[in-house]
Amino acid sequence: MTGYLHEKEFSRKTFLKGGGALVVGFSLGVLAAKAQAGDFVSIPGDSPFASNGIDQNQVDAWLTINADNTGWVKSGAIFQGTGSTTGILMIAAEELGMDLGQLSIVQDDTDVSPNTGQKDASNTIVGGAGRGTRAAAAWARETLLGLASTRLGVPVSSLSVSNGVVSGGGRSVSYGELIGGKLFNVTMPASYDLQHADGIWTNAGLSAGDAPAKPISDYKVVGTSPPRFDIPGVVTGTSAYIQNVRLPGMLHGRVVRPRGQRAYGIGARPVSVDEGSIAHIQGVRVVRKGDFLGVVAPHEYDAIQAAAQLRVTWDKPPQALPGGDDEFAAMRALDAAGKTLASNTSLNGVENRGDVDGALASAAHVVSASYGWPTNVHTPIGPQCSIAEVTSQGARIISGTQGVYTIRDYTAPLLGLPPEKVRVTAFPMGGCFGDGSQYRDVAAAAAVMSQSVGAPVRVQLMRWDEIGWDGTSPGTLMELRAGIDGNGKIVAHDTTQFYPQYEQESVELTGQLTGTPLLPTYMDGNYWPAPMYEVANNRYQLKAIPLEGQWVNAGWMRAGSSPHATFAGEQLIDELAYAAKMDPVAFRIQNVTSGDTRQGLLDVLQATTKAANWQPRLAASKLSDADVVSGRGFAWSNVYLDNVPSAAVADVVVNKKTGKVTVKHVYQAFSAGLLISPGLVENQLVGGITQIVGRVMTEQVRFSKTNVVSSDFVSYPILRFKDSPGVTAIVLQRTDIPPQGVGEPVAVVAPAAVANAIFDATGVRLRTAPFTPARVRAALKAAGVA
Amino acid sequence: MATKLRVKVNGLVHSVTASLDTPLLYVLHNELHLHGPRFGCGLAQCGACSVLLDGKEIRSCVTPVAAVSGKAITTLEGLPALWAKERGTSAASPALHPLQQAWIDVQVPHCGYCQNGMLIQAADLLNTTKNPTEDQIRTAMNGHLCRCGTYPRILTAIKQAAAVMAKGGK
Repeated sequence: MTGYLHEKEFSRKTFLKGGGALVVGFSLGVLAAKAQAGDFVSIPGDSPFASNGIDQNQVDAWLTINADNTGWVKSGAIFQGTGSTTGILMIAAEELGMDLGQLSIVQDDTDVSPNTGQKDASNTIVGGAGRGTRAAAAWARETLLGLASTRLGVPVSSLSVSNGVVSGGGRSVSYGELIGGKLFNVTMPASYDLQHADGIWTNAGLSAGDAPAKPISDYKVVGTSPPRFDIPGVVTGTSAYIQNVRLPGMLHGRVVRPRGQRAYGIGARPVSVDEGSIAHIQGVRVVRKGDFLGVVAPHEYDAIQAAAQLRVTWDKPPQALPGGDDEFAAMRALDAAGKTLASNTSLNGVENRGDVDGALASAAHVVSASYGWPTNVHTPIGPQCSIAEVTSQGARIISGTQGVYTIRDYTAPLLGLPPEKVRVTAFPMGGCFGDGSQYRDVAAAAAVMSQSVGAPVRVQLMRWDEIGWDGTSPGTLMELRAGIDGNGKIVAHDTTQFYPQYEQESVELTGQLTGTPLLPTYMDGNYWPAPMYEVANNRYQLKAIPLEGQWVNAGWMRAGSSPHATFAGEQLIDELAYAAKMDPVAFRIQNVTSGDTRQGLLDVLQATTKAANWQPRLAASKLSDADVVSGRGFAWSNVYLDNVPSAAVADVVVNKKTGKVTVKHVYQAFSAGLLISPGLVENQLVGGITQIVGRVMTEQVRFSKTNVVSSDFVSYPILRFKDSPGVTAIVLQRTDIPPQGVGEPVAVVAPAAVANAIFDATGVRLRTAPFTPARVRAALKAAGVA
Repeated sequence: MATKLRVKVNGLVHSVTASLDTPLLYVLHNELHLHGPRFGCGLAQCGACSVLLDGKEIRSCVTPVAAVSGKAITTLEGLPALWAKERGTSAASPALHPLQQAWIDVQVPHCGYCQNGMLIQAADLLNTTKNPTEDQIRTAMNGHLCRCGTYPRILTAIKQAAAVMAKGGK
């Protein structure tokens, strides 16, 4: 019976005391029926490998070879839908000289995995954890070849490796025979800094192609596109998500909160709770700790009913939010009232330089405009879910997560436990899309409830919890100004970015409700929109909005505000090209940066315009009086990461009568350094384009003066099948730049191309998202076009 | 009030105990331990919970278990057997329904959570429309939401599976 796999894995005894780690196997070519058995195997608890006590500069912290000539890799990789676990195994297989099918990947686990940090940027998995994996695998291979040389009496230079078997002098020996189950005890160079292998930002580890790693020219696995090992289980129902995990004696929990968050830090205080209102539901119990309120019941539907029916009088929320549709006016109002924090500091390598005002005063043309992208929510289709068991001995948490250590460090103080008494294991989740997603908080909620009722508790968010209390992806207002000279060269660029600050992940909602004081919010995820260009005179200013008491909770979705910055900046550039009477693509080539990123940008531009068969012309030069008109637009961006350029051409059809914009097709080329699996990257690109087109076409969180009112897929519509554009995804392999991470920057550039295409079709600029029919129709009407 | 009920799922009759108003999803998930139907919204808005009821797609998150009495439920796990039945073979079930094979061939999923409903809805579509046009596919699938953006590859996979099924699975 498929469902009991996990009850067997997590018997009560082993669940709390540990005693092993989950390993997920790569079973290429094995059909789903067998993948079930191959999906999860358990590392024996007494294995030295089942511990995180090993120094991260040791090979043994990252991988082990078993006696049966299989290997386990523990990079701290997680399953959130990007397929990067397959990528990690490919890196290991390549360096070890093993077949992918011989390797398994260990689920991220605080008791087992190296701390490779929070995976809130996709870059931190392949780009960060992948480097540690490569280093350990390369050193493991060196060690194994040395052992084989001794065993076979053949010099290392005469040995060859295939499928984990070393051959030379007419004899062979397997890795398993050489070291199976024993520790390598090999220390890697301190310069790799694997103690801090927490992402691309620190560049820890060994780069592709650097000795002792294989030369890139010898690669047989990396650069190919094997199928993802986890897909057969997903499409047959044999694999499990966190939502499928069950424990004996487990209770089902639901949080009880008002529908829709108030301003950050306001929380929600139950003034009175009428437990009698759910007395008719069998076995249900109310959990209260401070302002935290939840219910548990033996049967899931009873818990759902109890959470819905529990009569609670909530405190009256203050009128602290903008209300209405125009959060950008609210940002300006806060600024006028002195409630934003101005900053002129350079960010993400942006330099304020030259004389912007002087250059604009003498420019041939100056364009200035404001662009708004509203608040979005992450809203994965799989609502966040965790199971926790807390006893006097400690806590065990299984959760969908981007970072087990982050959950541990946030949850332990809420339970009054030291972090080392809290074990957190990652389990596959049904989507995430960024740091504001509530996986950390649902883990804490489950743990608080378990501690209160003395039984394992599974908490799954309801859709209104998921949308209404999301760490929202903040709305952003960009005020831009730029000038060109008589030859169409950009002479100055001036950016003011308004945006809400960022919560401290160490105090999520359950923490707040149970009495943990808030920490100050901070700035993160803001981006300069014009790194693609040569700009002699530049100014970047930030007007940050502190959240507390005046804005909703914030946590960036996929690629921070780089989609928002690109949406604004690439429309402004199109407006400049129009002023210069130039083809938008030619204008960009003329103004491209002279820096290191120039060629990469030109490469994606070339690949995209070729695929789309871009014909040079002035935008909006073929306007028609017809009711239904079409247009195409271009945009490019390396706003999110310097070495991850992408370019897009969008084709749209606009119905002037209804205001309905249909994005017919998006062509997009993308490069991100060395692609471990170009096929995986292509799939991420297809999805990233589709999702970000959906965000710009439909998505906007609605507020009242007191709280968020979006709560489901009707009040917060996302892209539907009928409106999904055709996609041509082109990935460019570059072996001269290390792997950069992919999951975020694929979803950046398309919205600006869509906006530019609408201008091409109608001659009207749409500077505020989402492009709903009502908004488009109003804009066309105001411009006298409809 | 818990009641003893019999439900027929993937060709087998199971006895379960549940209150009559319990949505089918929780019975499939918590009593029969099936992983195919998944909770997405609980509001019949997203389709992650879809199953076939006598061959037609329904939302198990809002369908009371009492309403399925005497009817045949097929979940994601039952698609291979359903395909064997449609082909009229008495041989053992194939490992995969052509739609599942196409999903693997095309590498459709990202997180995969919604793909249960996508596959179920596609099975319903191909049961009634052997060679659907792109518009027919988009219309049939429009009530199923994917947050990862896999719609383009789902479209490709459905066309591929339709072609395979038209040739009897060859």
